[in-house]
Amino acid sequence: MNLKVNIAGVELKNPVMSASGTFGSGHEYSELTDINRLGAVVTKGVAFEPWEGNPTPRVTEVYGGMLNAIGLQNPGVDVFIERDIPFLRKFDTRIIVNVCGHTVEEYCKVVERLNGQDVDAYEINLSCPNVKQGALAFGQDPKVLEETTAAIKKVAAKPIIIKLSPNVTSIRDMALAAEAGGADAISLINTLIGMKIDIERRRFVLANKTGGFSGPAIKPVALRMVYEAAHAVKLPVIGMGGIACAEDAIEFLLAGASAVAVGTMNFADPRTMEHVAEGIEAYLKRHGLEDVRELIGAADA
Amino acid sequence: MKRKENARVCGINELAPGIFSLWLESSMAAEAKPGCFVGVYPKNGAHVLMRPISICDVNAQKTQLRLVFRAAGEGTKEISGLRVGEEVALLGVLGNGYDTQAMQGKKLLLLGGGIGIPPMLLLAKELSDAGISCNAVLGYADRNDFLRDEFDNVCRTYVATMDGSLGTKGTVIDALNENMLMADICCACGPMPMLKAVKGFAADCGMKAYLSLEERMACGVGACLGCVTKTAHPDPHTHVNNTRICVEGPVFDASEVLL
Repeated sequence: MNLKVNIAGVELKNPVMSASGTFGSGHEYSELTDINRLGAVVTKGVAFEPWEGNPTPRVTEVYGGMLNAIGLQNPGVDVFIERDIPFLRKFDTRIIVNVCGHTVEEYCKVVERLNGQDVDAYEINLSCPNVKQGALAFGQDPKVLEETTAAIKKVAAKPIIIKLSPNVTSIRDMALAAEAGGADAISLINTLIGMKIDIERRRFVLANKTGGFSGPAIKPVALRMVYEAAHAVKLPVIGMGGIACAEDAIEFLLAGASAVAVGTMNFADPRTMEHVAEGIEAYLKRHGLEDVRELIGAADA
Repeated sequence: MKRKENARVCGINELAPGIFSLWLESSMAAEAKPGCFVGVYPKNGAHVLMRPISICDVNAQKTQLRLVFRAAGEGTKEISGLRVGEEVALLGVLGNGYDTQAMQGKKLLLLGGGIGIPPMLLLAKELSDAGISCNAVLGYADRNDFLRDEFDNVCRTYVATMDGSLGTKGTVIDALNENMLMADICCACGPMPMLKAVKGFAADCGMKAYLSLEERMACGVGACLGCVTKTAHPDPHTHVNNTRICVEGPVFDASEVLL
């Protein structure tokens, strides 16, 4: 049986990876789950310089999910190279570095710094809803998204995966813009912008007022958007948004995703990704299928 | 080693209105240090995050741990409805805890405010077992106190209530002043205004202080960077003076954190 999938020339042993920001650089979860069983680790966002992130409270639970406004706190690319790449290389998995920046130049500087490093691909975060300057600003206008993608593609020595925001009018247009800009793959969805108010205190729960909504509650929206994006472009799609189990992941594959990422549910159970990978294999057996790739986009076949 | 595993409920009762004591049979009891916490998962799948709850006590055989918590929201209300024999999923053991070795030969003062009181009990017991002298000051809103007798069994205990119905009227700081309590080291857990006051009080009288902080958490293991606090020096993870309460804390040297 084949569980391998190929994303822009990067072969993954199975189609399951972490969603950026929920798994650190793997270290924090290495006691709790077997990283060798993951198709890839997608790291938390890496900027050129260290970023402090937002004031607290940064996270809160909501029905069926959570809101976060971390603001991409990260130690910057140099610490990532010295500390996190050697750690991740001890495991038999692919390393996909999530790249963030305030300006196009910053994204390019991170990518250039990582080009000579032992990593497999870049996921370009053009969709973080929690950073005032940059990030989402690049991901809500198709023209800006295309130009930004093209600028990063020009300097990138590895495949670039453009991570799309769901906070747009037409996900189709954004997927097409990423393709036109030269993206090697797209991933979606980033979080939906949400809000929660503490009625006793009559205050916003998050210091940032708004935060990214994630978790099982967003799955139907994510699935619809992955379907629309996958049908709009020829690029491989990494689908995510509320995946909690193998059945959820299989829905995304059937909608057209070539791989899937698990985010918030890593918090609910650190072994969710292992269970998803095992469950996909069991599903293939149960349906007499030989190759996971037979599922990709099969809902429309 | 951190792990997620089920624990079996072996006792549950309400100590004061809305304050519950939950005894769990868990292998994590053997690793529990005062100041550490566990994540308790509600069974209802609409609640995706664990509830971080400090460890209040461990039995003599180190096979059971006790959590004392307030049923504040839907998740903790569900947990307060657990019955003996039921299983509940825990993530643990989380956090750094208090370093009682470093307290040898010192005079200790333990300050607990409201739902910050429970972790101080395990600390009081460990200090008492190690022959380290300590006093405790417990602050409650009103006469609905809890755990007081158990503190009385291990150390000299003072009480403050905001409404004056028990002990000193006012805060734990008021009780410290009224009883002229001093120590080499104080350890405190409670609401933020109390921790700020303790930090100021300790600085004024040159006392070393350790504070146990609380913040909204998601992962509990240092991956999401949700629960940070501002620090005086660069933090070990990001080097931006914003350190993770779930990993580098929840116990911090008061002079290291900017509250």
